[in-house]
Amino acid sequence: MSDVVERTLSVLPGLLGQHDPGAGPAGAGGHGRVSSTSRLGSLIRSITALTSKHEEEKLIQQELTSLKATVSAPTTTLRLMKECMVRLIYCEMLGYESSFGYIHAIKLAQQGNLLEKRVGYLAVSLFLHENHELLLLLVNTVVKDLQSTNLVEVCMALTVVSQIFPREMIPAVLPLIEDKLQHSKEIIRRKAVQALYKFYVIAPNQVQHIHDKFRKALCDRDAGVMAASLHIYLQMIKENSSGYKDLTGSFVTILKQVVGGKLPVDFNYHSVPAPWLQIQLLRILGLLGKDDQRTSELMYDVLDESLRRAEINHNITYGLKALTYVIQQDPNLALQHQMTIIECLDHPDPIIKRETLELLYRITNGQNVIVIVQKMLDYLRESKEEYAIINLAGKIAELAEKYAPDNEWFIQTMNSVFSVGGDVVHPDIPNNFLRLLAEGFDDGKEDNQLRMYAVQSYLTLLEEEDALYPQKFLQVMSWVLGEYSSLVTNVDPEVILTKLHSLLKKTFVTSETKAWIMAAVTKIASHTSCSKTVDKLIQEFSNSLDTCMRQHAFELKHLYEDKALMKNLLPFDASCNDMVVDASLSFLDEFVAEGLGRGAAPYKPHHQRQEEKLSQEKALNFEPYGLSFASSVSSCGVTGRQSPTGLSFGSDMSGNSAETGHKETNTLKLEGVRKLWGKEGYLPKKENKVGKENEPQTVSCGGLLAVQVGDPPALQSDQVASLSEEDKEKQQLASTLFIGLGSNAGVSLMGKTDTATQKFKRKSKINETQNSEEATDFQDSAASDFGPLLDTIPINVEDCEGNIDTGLRKASLHSSDTVEDNLAFETPQSLRKSGLNDRLSDNTLSQSSLFADSNIEIFQPSPSAHCESASKTLLAPSLPEELEDLPHSEVVELCQSDALALYSCKVWTDDSLLLTVFVSNKTTSALNAVNLLFEEAEHFQILESPTYQFPVIEAQSVEHCQKCVWMHKICTQGVLSGSVNYQSEMESHFEFSITLSLMDFIRPMEMTTEDFGKLWLSLSNDVKQNIKMSSSEGSLSAALNTLQQKLKLHIVDVIGNEGILACQLLPSVPCLLHCRTHSGMLALWFRSPCSALPDGLLYQCQKVMEES
Amino acid sequence: MIKFFLMVNKQGQTRLSRYYEHVEINKRTMLEAEVIKKCLSRSKDQCSFIEYKDFKLVYRQYAALFVVVGINETENEMAVYELIHNFVEVLDKYFSRVVSEILTLIRNISYFSKLSYVSHLRE
Repeated sequence: MSDVVERTLSVLPGLLGQHDPGAGPAGAGGHGRVSSTSRLGSLIRSITALTSKHEEEKLIQQELTSLKATVSAPTTTLRLMKECMVRLIYCEMLGYESSFGYIHAIKLAQQGNLLEKRVGYLAVSLFLHENHELLLLLVNTVVKDLQSTNLVEVCMALTVVSQIFPREMIPAVLPLIEDKLQHSKEIIRRKAVQALYKFYVIAPNQVQHIHDKFRKALCDRDAGVMAASLHIYLQMIKENSSGYKDLTGSFVTILKQVVGGKLPVDFNYHSVPAPWLQIQLLRILGLLGKDDQRTSELMYDVLDESLRRAEINHNITYGLKALTYVIQQDPNLALQHQMTIIECLDHPDPIIKRETLELLYRITNGQNVIVIVQKMLDYLRESKEEYAIINLAGKIAELAEKYAPDNEWFIQTMNSVFSVGGDVVHPDIPNNFLRLLAEGFDDGKEDNQLRMYAVQSYLTLLEEEDALYPQKFLQVMSWVLGEYSSLVTNVDPEVILTKLHSLLKKTFVTSETKAWIMAAVTKIASHTSCSKTVDKLIQEFSNSLDTCMRQHAFELKHLYEDKALMKNLLPFDASCNDMVVDASLSFLDEFVAEGLGRGAAPYKPHHQRQEEKLSQEKALNFEPYGLSFASSVSSCGVTGRQSPTGLSFGSDMSGNSAETGHKETNTLKLEGVRKLWGKEGYLPKKENKVGKENEPQTVSCGGLLAVQVGDPPALQSDQVASLSEEDKEKQQLASTLFIGLGSNAGVSLMGKTDTATQKFKRKSKINETQNSEEATDFQDSAASDFGPLLDTIPINVEDCEGNIDTGLRKASLHSSDTVEDNLAFETPQSLRKSGLNDRLSDNTLSQSSLFADSNIEIFQPSPSAHCESASKTLLAPSLPEELEDLPHSEVVELCQSDALALYSCKVWTDDSLLLTVFVSNKTTSALNAVNLLFEEAEHFQILESPTYQFPVIEAQSVEHCQKCVWMHKICTQGVLSGSVNYQSEMESHFEFSITLSLMDFIRPMEMTTEDFGKLWLSLSNDVKQNIKMSSSEGSLSAALNTLQQKLKLHIVDVIGNEGILACQLLPSVPCLLHCRTHSGMLALWFRSPCSALPDGLLYQCQKVMEES
Repeated sequence: MIKFFLMVNKQGQTRLSRYYEHVEINKRTMLEAEVIKKCLSRSKDQCSFIEYKDFKLVYRQYAALFVVVGINETENEMAVYELIHNFVEVLDKYFSRVVSEILTLIRNISYFSKLSYVSHLRE
């Protein structure tokens, strides 16, 4: 923080460079000083004297014109230039662009003497931005100054680097700056650290190799250097807190020293020792201690100390904010402050009100939701600011969905959100709402009631003739009316149609909304036998000037003539059924065959045509990555599914397919894909319900709800003193707001991730592309979806040690991904003993499958037997029997010492890379406590703990341990390093490293052609490349065999000169490959949900193809 | 993170601006005008933090001069609030020598003389 002050201050000398007593030794002599002072001085003076913006503008333009003439005149001296720069900076600060001076600023930094250089650098850092092209011209100057023997020049160069530097030129200065970390002057060291922080922010991987130098900076004897390094650490710890746990002690010590006043007095601010430094340290400790009991314990003392010394501040917002954060840890704390909170709710300052609502949002539960949402809606109605509305509307919608006590309230609340929030609300809100209605819950009856209520409420709203509703609200209404109005039997569809019709004629309705309304009309029309309104509407819009409306009207007209087709096309309540598109367009076969019969050339995709053209011309092949047809269809399909205008989607499709009958080119056949859209449009469905049956059965949450509801809060006991009327009112409000916050209810309030009391529980949708295995996982997961641990724990608590219990309880309080983390660390180690292993790993499995489609790194505990077992073997290391049958590498020696030898072997199991490390004792006495420790690696993740201890290794024997490893971040090759230490006469320690490659983590993925087709369409990351095939293996099958054998790819299918292959990166990131041969080239086309994976695999493919 | 640092007077004229995140020059003027409007519309008993667009403003008033800092959500408002005061104190320390020397020249024209005056009053 203090460097910010410094940077800001650096602006001032620019303004008043000439006043700076220290900065101008000989350069600014008596005369020059006066003249420059008067120039800038008179400029400032005359501007301050002006009264209107217009006059100011005129004056500055005049000034700029004269400056422009001066700076571009060849006779201008550097001293005069410096003085011009100062004025230019001032003009630009007032908001007048002076880009003509930028290049001169760079020149000044390059050529001037110290003072002029300083102004030049300052001007550059103020004028230019990170991506400015002129910035490149500064690099040479910086390099030169960094090598200067003059400390001031080095300082200036470092300062400018820490403010602004082109990312691509970092390598040019990095070694110079690294050297400066050892400089004898602390100011240089500090500025070097700041420059490296800048680099870390703009290009983190460029400074990876100097992480241990940062550690040195942290331990620097100068407090300024240490403080500067904290910026880097805060950033790094934010990204990966687990990697820096070992530094907790150091940070605690530093904080202790700061709090204890051990820093120089210069760091004190109003007698508080280095407050900003303290804040920085506390932030770091907060990140380190999060969800980590052991690390946190190290901090308690010092935190207590800092708290004691910190003065209590009275700014009310701050207090509220603090309370908001505290409440995340323990909602009961809010109870003590309820009256304060109530007062803040009525505070005249809207900012404070906002913060209060934020707090209330965090303590919302099933019982106080009505009051809290009411308060939030009141605020929303008063609110004018767009950001506030978006934010608040989102929160209300979330609370309403989660805690709605009944259907009526839910619909009413959502209506308010839509009508007040208007069109600025986040598009997710209407989408989620509609999906909720469409997908429904577990109880079909309840679903229909909700839908009916929605329909009725919208009809009432539409009664009002002149009401102006936001477009999004109208869209929601028309969708709901279109889908579900037939549920309401006591309303004549004609009435609804009339209402929609009148809406269509309103001028405030946008054409997008009109499309929604038309879709609704079409859907309703499919249920009615004949309707005057529909006829009228068709007639009216058939010659509308709006082409879109005319199109809809025609579609409606034609559909209306064929009722049977219309019914099929618009089935009732089928919005959730996935629509499968026949992407191969097989229904056009006939058309294509006919065309070919008449002598038409077979269709070639665009990129192929381009390729062939280029290869004929023998030019360089810059293969264009045009949009493939397949992907455009799939995107069409996706939007089509939720689009209200399903009709026009159909017609678009047929329009497209007429042009592109590409069947004959032997591209992928998607034979197995269910055909729902065919020649006649929508094909009658038979198996649509299958998807529904697969959907998980969610367990009723009634039981848990009961726990929540129990125990009415005993909160007013100590506040019964006499109260005024107003106070009583407030108390009453308090009791409604804080209801349900008693000790038992704490479980559900954390971080808004709980689902326990959620009334409207969304069904998880099975993605078409998931294979059946995942689908069953999903079922499991749904069963233990909420509070998975609450179910199991109470039965088993007695068996476990106390700390596991708390650990798990804690886990259940946090967001679901930390649940996962905690389980990852705790389950396998401690629970196995108590025989809960099966049960818990079940839960973990199902937890993880929740993330299956979002491709979050998933932890799946592998069979415990694999993970950590040590057994004796002979001195010559060989794999234990149970592993010998698995594919594995040679046993290689890692390192040797007098006493020990280390060997490793990679075992490629189906679900991980099992790294086996053998430790052989070469001495004649037993070795005790041999510790094996793997270091944290950027790319790899060691499941469970990275350490292993052999309690004893007998003389002349070999022990081994196994670790499951996953690739965490994709790289073609990486190093996993670690160390061994043991006790003999003295403590010995040596290090080793193991190289792992991407291929160690690639496994074949078995799938059918049909699954391949579906998955292919759903993936978006494309990589294409042509590889020249050597003459020895000109055929496709030879190439595929190479890929299969060397890269462990699974060949899914071979069709003509095309082949499809599939593999997965452990644990479950698929990558699909499509190969095609043509004229001696092998065209590879990868797709994967992960963008880095295709690149990595492509590299491997090229390698093996070259080798073969 | 601090996005910008402004010193603006009650008439809405920018006296000092420093942006730590690139903003187009013509947008700066608009931003500054809106920011000062927001600050001026607040009364003494309201808190010194304003939510503005997707970030926050922290301001302090010294006589006719506002110091306004734009921060994002990772920054601690109170820390910035104190930082402003620290900044003003530093200005005072830094310039007092100079100011006393040439005070006659710039007393009426430059904000920092006012600043130091104000800070003196406070101490």
